[in-house]
Amino acid sequence: MAKIIGGVATTHVPSIGKAIAENKQNDPYWKPFFRGFDYVHYWLAREKPDVAVVFSNDHGLNFFLDKLPTFAVGAASEYRNQDEGWGIPVSRAIAGDPALSWHIINRLVADEFDITMCQEMLIDHAVTIPMTLMWPGETWPVKIVPVSINTVQHPLPSLKRCLSLGRSVGRAIQSYPQDLRVMMVGTGGLSHQLDGKRAGFINKEFDKLCMDKLVGEPEALARYSIHDWVEQAGAQGVEFLNWIAMRGALTGQVSEAHRNYHIPISNTAAATVVYDNRDEAARRAA
Amino acid sequence: MRQDIPGTTMFDGDQAQKGLALNRMCYSFNSAENRAAFLKNEEGYCGQFGLTEEQRAAVKSRNVLAMIAAGGNVYYLAKLAGIFGLNVQDIGAQQTGATVDQFKEKLAAAGR
Repeated sequence: MAKIIGGVATTHVPSIGKAIAENKQNDPYWKPFFRGFDYVHYWLAREKPDVAVVFSNDHGLNFFLDKLPTFAVGAASEYRNQDEGWGIPVSRAIAGDPALSWHIINRLVADEFDITMCQEMLIDHAVTIPMTLMWPGETWPVKIVPVSINTVQHPLPSLKRCLSLGRSVGRAIQSYPQDLRVMMVGTGGLSHQLDGKRAGFINKEFDKLCMDKLVGEPEALARYSIHDWVEQAGAQGVEFLNWIAMRGALTGQVSEAHRNYHIPISNTAAATVVYDNRDEAARRAA
Repeated sequence: MRQDIPGTTMFDGDQAQKGLALNRMCYSFNSAENRAAFLKNEEGYCGQFGLTEEQRAAVKSRNVLAMIAAGGNVYYLAKLAGIFGLNVQDIGAQQTGATVDQFKEKLAAAGR
């Protein structure tokens, strides 16, 4: 049976892609962010995932505002990146796992999540940057199942709904017969605002509260409205929807193995967390 | 949806309808060929996408707050800003009436 080993959440700011291309990981500006990945690399080498389910939001590469699904699940054998118009390097393609994708899709719809199914899907920096941060080498050791959440055009799905979506994905994976080690990834955030006279808004205290609560008490965060989230975390801080979905998919005993938080990267409070997920059977055996 | 967060425009159905042509033009900037076409003939390119007078004036003035008022979504506007070599600190400074250094200092101060 497939096993959910844990999750990683990280900021996906486009300029990180530029910093990687220009080898700036040790520059004073970038180092406090990149060094947060030393533990992530150790964890991935130890846990050896086969597949990553990646919750992220598209920024106008695969979807335009004319047809914008609230939730979309990729079911392709390969996911390509393309020019996003921001001068960041185009990433190499990442392999998919269509059989697992369709299993998740079938289970989500059976669970009354009326998602959009994508047999073709371009992945933007919200997928490729976290993947490159986790695996800086030449090849990807994992396949992915991308799950796209609308964080761009209101009305957005609620935090509660995204937590439930994640839980449904977690249950789907637990019922998958193949022996796969599956990790969850949530991308974006934390607090930031790019637009309007409030541009540059960052809320360190709220970010800390979010990271503190997400591990053991995600329901407390799921009570916030989107409006209140924008107020507390900034207009683009709503990317936390990807984080809470990732957390929801961790269905066992969850603990925080690592946390790195640094202000600023670009206009954003940059955060990286690693969660371990011990399933019930492992807990009973221990 | 309530609209009472100061300095913040929720990109909702009203904004999405208003900004469709402008955002569609910005979406086209995912292609290098289209970015070059815009630079070659800005007014003609805006016309091709059916931008409103308000949107054309906002693009012409390079004023991000005016583009947002005309329905622009910041992720799409960032593709336009990129054509002029402007990043999100540059547009943050412009929107808040600060210099880029002042804006960067404000970001850094949020971490202290």
